[in-house]
Amino acid sequence: MLGKLDWSAIPTDQPIPLIAAGIVALFMLGVAVWITKRGWWTYLWKEWITSVDHKRIGVMYVLLALVMLMRGFVDALMMRSQQAIAVGAHQGFLPPEHYNQIFSAHGTIMIFFVGMTFMVGLMNFVVPLQIGARDVAFPTLNSVSFWLTASGVLLLNLSLVIGEFARTGWLVYPPLSELAYSPGVGVDYYLWAIQIAGVGTLLSGINLTATILKMRTVGMGYMRMPIFCWTALTANLLIIAAFPILTATLAMLTLDRYLGFHFFTNDFGGNAMMYINLIWAWGHPEVYILILPAFGVFSEVIATFSGKGIFAYRSMAAAALAICVLSFMVWLHHFFTMGASADVNGFFGVMTMIIAVPTGVKVFNWLWTLYGGSIRFSVPLMWALGFMVTFIIGGMTGVLLAIPPVDFITHNSLFLVAHFHNVIIGGVIFGAYAGYNYWFPKAFGFTLHEGWGRATFWCWLVGFYLAFMPLYLLGLMGATRRMQHYSEAGWQPLMIVALGGALCILAGIGCTIVQLFVSIRTREQRRDLTGDPWDGRSLEWATPSPPPPFNFATPVKVDGLDTFWETKRKGLTAPGLPELPAPSAIEVPERTGTGFFVAFFATGLGFGMVWHIWWMAIASLLGIVAVALKLAWRRVDETEVDGAAVAAFYAAQYATHAQEAA
Amino acid sequence: MSPSLTAGVLDPRGPVAANEYLLLQNATLVMLALIVPIIVLTLVFAWWFRAGNKRAKRKLDWNYSGALEVVNWMVPLMIILFLGGMGWVAAHALDPAKPLPAQSGQGEPLEIQVVSLDWKWLFIYPGAGVATVNHLVVPAGRVLHLQLTSGSVMNSFFVPQLGSQIYTMAGMTTTLYLQADHPGTFPGRSVQFSGDGFSDMRFDVDAVAPSDYEAWLARTRASGARLDATGYAALARPGTSAARDYLLAEPRLFNTVLAASMSPAPSSSH
Repeated sequence: MLGKLDWSAIPTDQPIPLIAAGIVALFMLGVAVWITKRGWWTYLWKEWITSVDHKRIGVMYVLLALVMLMRGFVDALMMRSQQAIAVGAHQGFLPPEHYNQIFSAHGTIMIFFVGMTFMVGLMNFVVPLQIGARDVAFPTLNSVSFWLTASGVLLLNLSLVIGEFARTGWLVYPPLSELAYSPGVGVDYYLWAIQIAGVGTLLSGINLTATILKMRTVGMGYMRMPIFCWTALTANLLIIAAFPILTATLAMLTLDRYLGFHFFTNDFGGNAMMYINLIWAWGHPEVYILILPAFGVFSEVIATFSGKGIFAYRSMAAAALAICVLSFMVWLHHFFTMGASADVNGFFGVMTMIIAVPTGVKVFNWLWTLYGGSIRFSVPLMWALGFMVTFIIGGMTGVLLAIPPVDFITHNSLFLVAHFHNVIIGGVIFGAYAGYNYWFPKAFGFTLHEGWGRATFWCWLVGFYLAFMPLYLLGLMGATRRMQHYSEAGWQPLMIVALGGALCILAGIGCTIVQLFVSIRTREQRRDLTGDPWDGRSLEWATPSPPPPFNFATPVKVDGLDTFWETKRKGLTAPGLPELPAPSAIEVPERTGTGFFVAFFATGLGFGMVWHIWWMAIASLLGIVAVALKLAWRRVDETEVDGAAVAAFYAAQYATHAQEAA
Repeated sequence: MSPSLTAGVLDPRGPVAANEYLLLQNATLVMLALIVPIIVLTLVFAWWFRAGNKRAKRKLDWNYSGALEVVNWMVPLMIILFLGGMGWVAAHALDPAKPLPAQSGQGEPLEIQVVSLDWKWLFIYPGAGVATVNHLVVPAGRVLHLQLTSGSVMNSFFVPQLGSQIYTMAGMTTTLYLQADHPGTFPGRSVQFSGDGFSDMRFDVDAVAPSDYEAWLARTRASGARLDATGYAALARPGTSAARDYLLAEPRLFNTVLAASMSPAPSSSH
């Protein structure tokens, strides 16, 4: 009846996950009680859970990413604590079977459910506004994408208390991840969580690409799109090209584990190196899927807070496209040490270094954008400056690792760990924070607290250097990644410094929470009534904050890059705010529970497959089909916001403007 | 305990490690020459052009310069061309499978077969008829010719002070040439995660004078336990192990391990 599932799946011998799960359960219960007391369930259901508004979905993506950042960071803290004490005879507080799950979960969460999720959230929120569209191309599909991501998150977190997570590292390399060496359900949780979330990501990539290609407003040619739209376009093209590889590769491993296939097994002609090639054929583009949108955020932030247009716009767009193409030609640098010939290693080494050229061009252009500007040191700009200084160091160590013989002595060491945290924290996380602080007032109509924002920034910056500079050194001293314990006493002092850095980042995350809390409490004083708190340049600032469901009352017409900024400078009316909006009715897509219910059944499918509960898997699959059919027979696709409501919305806006002016 | 910063890669004890460390230093210096000025310029520009600075000359409409555009593309391109050339040449010069030049008076390279197991290292000396676990004794100054495979999951063989790591993969053989210049003990370990006992997949390389090496061989042959097919099967069971020496009773053991994972169909091999 319940497949492999029985009471032994609850890890009663491991207090840490049970306590963690208990705290999470209590917290969620508390939130549920609070929502019930306030009577907000209907509001949540109608306005958020079933919403197909790209802005709402974007906000939910970002919220999910922030929550998972906490989860992933707790893992990081445990790893750093373990390595700070597990020297010599000391085994630390985490036995290998637990420690191995923690570093696997940390990597999986941070890449898929923090980095990806945050960036997809920002793109979802910003791109339609920047191109003057009413929504994304396929609003219902967008909701499905989000909820499938949430389903992956749920499955992954279920593994904490029911069964176990993979103990194989975040890319579940075979043959270790094959049934012969990983008989437990951990790898299966990984496979189903990532497959389900991966489908969501692929759909989202198709959606945003279609949106950028087809829904740009009147006059917005490709060369008039804000740079963030260019980087979003390249990232989503990469999603479309790369994610099918991931899906196929994981499907093959699934067949190995469930049906006795031998794609990657040690015996019967399987070849694990085929998996490793395929997973990196997805995995390297993946890191650019993460970093390209972050580059876009920095371009917007640096231009806005310098009060200047982005320097060499066409070069910036070309560089993003170059990175997009090149990112598919470098995957082998993740395993130079497999013993390929010198020609093969040399080729991939050179290709990898070539990516540093367009990246270098971007850095120069940000530098020239700052030059001659009138720079306001707001929180988003601080993140951008922190990025420029920090990321370039990670770029340097990346080029070092691209030289095959240097990789032979640094591969899989803590030097490598320091390198990719340097580019992912210094690039993606800093970009996420910059975007979060920059677009928050657009989403909610009030700004985030500057002081707590600065505190967050400094804690992260200092914490990053304290945590990862020692790791560079430790790597060169011979320390390898994923060690549950080690015998070299000489490594311990630097490990303790690294733990100090992690604690500093913990303070940064604490400041993030306080910033949000304080900002909400003091929102009345922080209201932004202009819709344009930073003196922005692109169209998202031309509409009120938060924007109406239809984004823009009348189609916006642009005649160049930074049209909004030019009109402000010439003292004209902003394109999104016509003097008297024509009170015509506006169609907005109808809300639907499709995404939520598809994800509900997808979770059931994943859980059933993990535990071999076949009836549950089959019933869930049928459930997904039923939900899709119900949508197909839907009679009403759109709701009408009538002219009177549109007029009332703008009247209220003008009233507050007038109030502010007075 | 104070950190000993001269360890691992930072303290090379053989030609491979020395060349690789030199390459690391050279490439770092070349890039520092570019990135230090950029970091400084970023901070200087940001500070000088702060909104409140009355002395700063604003150029708010300046967002293109053809000359700078050329510089922007050419500077990274030149540096990468240089480093790329350096990387290409180094990838060939330091190819792990490329034999090292023999040292005078040291004779032929010493053949060593390496098998990674769950979670221990088996070293086979086919010419000398001995084998060891988690312990590698080699003559200092002589070229070592290692052939590596795995009897289990993938691992990576790495002695930081001797240089170049390489993967061990079931059913495939990788080749690595190393050399220790002088006598000494150099820690090695698996650096590719391989399961619960991974942290204990450590071994010491004892580089000894050639005469001491011969003496060790004689001692091991005389007193070592025998390693045959049954002994290997016991060794292959998951678990960690202390360092041990054996008399090799199964000379074709490496090929047997390799064949156990060999596919019936032709498979790739490096």
